[in-house]
Amino acid sequence: MSSSSEVLDPGTSTKKTLKQAIVEIVSDSGEGAQKCGQSLGAISARMGNGVWTVEIIPAEIQPPARSKAGASGIRVRMGQEKITNMGDHADLVVALNEQVLFGRIDQKAYKEGTYLLIENKWAGHPRPEIRKDYEEALKKFHEYGYQIFEIPMEVECLKIVSDARKGKNMWVLGLLCHIYDREINIAEDQIRYVFRKKSDQIIQDNLDLLHAGYAWALQNLDLHFTIPPQPSNREMVVMNGNEAVSLGVMAAGIEVCSMYPITPATSATHAMSETMQSAGGIIHQAEDEIAAIGFAIGSSFAGKTAVTITSGPGIALKTEFIGLAVMSEVPLVIVDVQRGGPSTGLPTKVEQGDLLAVLYGAVGDAPKIIIAPATIEECFHYIILARKLAESFRSPVFVLTDANLATGVQPFPRPDIKSDWFAPSIDQSKWNEQIRPYEWDSETGISQRPVPGQKGGMYTLTGLAHDEDSHVAYDPAINQRAAENRSRKLAALGKTLKPPKVHGDEEGDLLLVGWGSTQGAIEEAVSRAREQGASVSSVHLHFLSPMEPGLKEIFERFKKVMTVEINYSDTVGHPMINEENRRYAQLAWYLRAHTLMDIDCFSNVYGQPMSPYRILQMMEKELDMTLIE
Amino acid sequence: MFDIKPDFCDIEMPDAGYSIEDYASSQARWCSGCGAHTILNSVQRLCKEEQLPPEKTVFVSGIGCSSRFPHYMKTYGFHGLHGRAFPVACGVKFRRPDLHVFVITGDGDCCSIGAGHWVHAIRYNMNMVVLLFDNAIYGLTKKQTSPTSPIGTKSNTHPEGSVLPPINPIQSTLGLPNVSFVAQSADWKPAHLHATIQKAYQHPGLSFVRIVQRCPVFMHDHYEPTVKDPDAITVLDHENGIHLDEKQLSKFRHVVQHDPSDLVKAREVAELVKETVPIGLFYQNQANLRYDDYGAHNLGVSNEERLGAINTLMNRYAV
Repeated sequence: MSSSSEVLDPGTSTKKTLKQAIVEIVSDSGEGAQKCGQSLGAISARMGNGVWTVEIIPAEIQPPARSKAGASGIRVRMGQEKITNMGDHADLVVALNEQVLFGRIDQKAYKEGTYLLIENKWAGHPRPEIRKDYEEALKKFHEYGYQIFEIPMEVECLKIVSDARKGKNMWVLGLLCHIYDREINIAEDQIRYVFRKKSDQIIQDNLDLLHAGYAWALQNLDLHFTIPPQPSNREMVVMNGNEAVSLGVMAAGIEVCSMYPITPATSATHAMSETMQSAGGIIHQAEDEIAAIGFAIGSSFAGKTAVTITSGPGIALKTEFIGLAVMSEVPLVIVDVQRGGPSTGLPTKVEQGDLLAVLYGAVGDAPKIIIAPATIEECFHYIILARKLAESFRSPVFVLTDANLATGVQPFPRPDIKSDWFAPSIDQSKWNEQIRPYEWDSETGISQRPVPGQKGGMYTLTGLAHDEDSHVAYDPAINQRAAENRSRKLAALGKTLKPPKVHGDEEGDLLLVGWGSTQGAIEEAVSRAREQGASVSSVHLHFLSPMEPGLKEIFERFKKVMTVEINYSDTVGHPMINEENRRYAQLAWYLRAHTLMDIDCFSNVYGQPMSPYRILQMMEKELDMTLIE
Repeated sequence: MFDIKPDFCDIEMPDAGYSIEDYASSQARWCSGCGAHTILNSVQRLCKEEQLPPEKTVFVSGIGCSSRFPHYMKTYGFHGLHGRAFPVACGVKFRRPDLHVFVITGDGDCCSIGAGHWVHAIRYNMNMVVLLFDNAIYGLTKKQTSPTSPIGTKSNTHPEGSVLPPINPIQSTLGLPNVSFVAQSADWKPAHLHATIQKAYQHPGLSFVRIVQRCPVFMHDHYEPTVKDPDAITVLDHENGIHLDEKQLSKFRHVVQHDPSDLVKAREVAELVKETVPIGLFYQNQANLRYDDYGAHNLGVSNEERLGAINTLMNRYAV
């Protein structure tokens, strides 16, 4: 076992060049592990590295200290090139206590050989049971094959600050900056930025901690790597998916964001709260989820398309209003940051389980537009697209993201925001009275809507079946005609879409189909398998309703088609499960109905982002070949 | 003058002279003898008196007999979901200070399925008129107990008589924070009703008007004695209250003085409902905060300002 006592002479360490590295920092809640990791990610992005970060969040704000369930932290994946997902096993983990690691070990976050840098103060803790727990845990970690470095973090931090709990994260940041050869001046800037609202003394303390951690690693650790960035002169921004959504809302010129607090969606509204008003909008915190969408629909009805941002349980509550928006053709943007379900489920964890709920959740036939960004960059641009689609097609538009995108951080080219992305001002010109409020175009089903204030356009919107005049339908033929027109709008939009691009060859043994946040993991797994000679490709869907065209044609060129989803499906092989009663994952259900093809699924609900490793494991079985070295 | 019509010249002319017909849409489909007819007439009269441009007027309702109301107005209307008129109306008004917004709701819609929104709408105090058509029964679904049905009301859900005391919507509203206007009238007292709706329209904030309304089909026995009994009504009179002239006032046997600026007293008077129907203005406060002022405070931000604000935020994420 390596330990801090084996002091190495400074200068003897050699720098090993890495293509990429995965680092985790785990701690009890409130120890700042996430701030440390976010800073490491930002520093790496500023250096020009590819980065993806994903937060490890316990469900409670303050779970019990030193507990398996209380693991709070962050994973940072840095690479020479663009990084699109959280990757497989961590190469290095910094743990502020040993107990929180067990939660991550259960999730198979580490591998034999993972470097474990652990706070060693527990070894000398006054309480014997804690000393014993620590000792036993380390024995286990040793058996797992981790390369352990016991580090006196507390002792070192106390040389600089009186409360080590508040300073350890930046000391660790310094440690990691040396280990991964991060530029110290960029790290200093990052600290000044992170603590910009704090006193000069606090900034100085944290700079001192950074330098101390850096120096300690230099003098004591034989761990020194470099991940050289690809030089680029494109201006980049780095943020998480919720922040990208919030900027997208403002860049779309949306003036009303009506919400009710819900994990993991709410931070999107936090991110816009300081700027929304100077960007011409207002956030309305409603009394409940139902009121949030009702308010948004009222605002949209009055002229400017509004947005409501929520997660699964909120969607469940909003369902009746969603049906009303479809029936009365009110443009509206609904962002659903999906989490684990059903019911309260896994509030901080990822799942893609709202697909069928938003697709079919409303009663009756309620066609609506559903789009799904797959990257942080798309989280921004899809909101702008959503508003335009909502207005062009006079329809609610869902933007489905998830907890992985919400908290995942990735750099992307800075968008050049243009004023023609903004919503136009409300039309208050006289309405042509010859045009009825639902004058459905016979080909596309699209109609123009009068807005309050437009003289001559007066009508009463209703959720009842209605005719072109918005008069309540007493003739059954009207309901049939209206339903056809609402449905036709989807067909019309579908006609403008292109078939998805295939990642890999256009034909082969296996085709993986995904949507949303899993794109990076799926494509990385496919690329790695192809390097090993596997005949595998993937397509990733961005439009879920209407569906992108040509899917069947693509699917037919592969021997087997399989969805990859973070959703539940019955496992084949269980004695109770057979071909007839097997319940498939959500996208698989949908694609089977859409294409009448026998589409399989690879899915699970561990609440974790999909990793390339798991997909490769699955492919080894499907293709009967070795893909993981 | 000179018989010049507004469309004679290119200059936009005000639509002088809206008549009742400019507000009346199709024939109302309520039962004959339903109190809602009187309320509709009164509201159309108000629109004419105030010369509200029909295109700038929005009636928002929920679901129920009363919520058909917007269909009978030739203005903009929003006939939405059961219990959800308030959030929609608030969303309409938030960024549109130019619109005249009316909420039409019933006792089931407001005091039962939409009760949560009722509480918060009072607190938002946005400038709109709320007319609660309270007939103390579910009519559209054929006679079920409502939250305002008096205890013992025989209905299809409680054939032996309802078992819980009713909600007093006046008292409940008076108990809410930021309440700014609470009045009550009765559909069979059209002069008082109209004066109440006028006063409500003129109030800067959310005016909550409960209208005790007859349902001749399902609650005939309940209302008939009240309507016929001259002792059944007590008028709350005050110089700052609902204005009735001497002649109108002389028709009522019971008149009490009540100062609508006195919230504590208003709560006492609200309890009169147990013996009589108190009509008039319970409470008014024109100084309360209004959420629609907040909603409209930054209207008209220019595209340059927007770009500047968003880019400043984007700079924070720049690497």
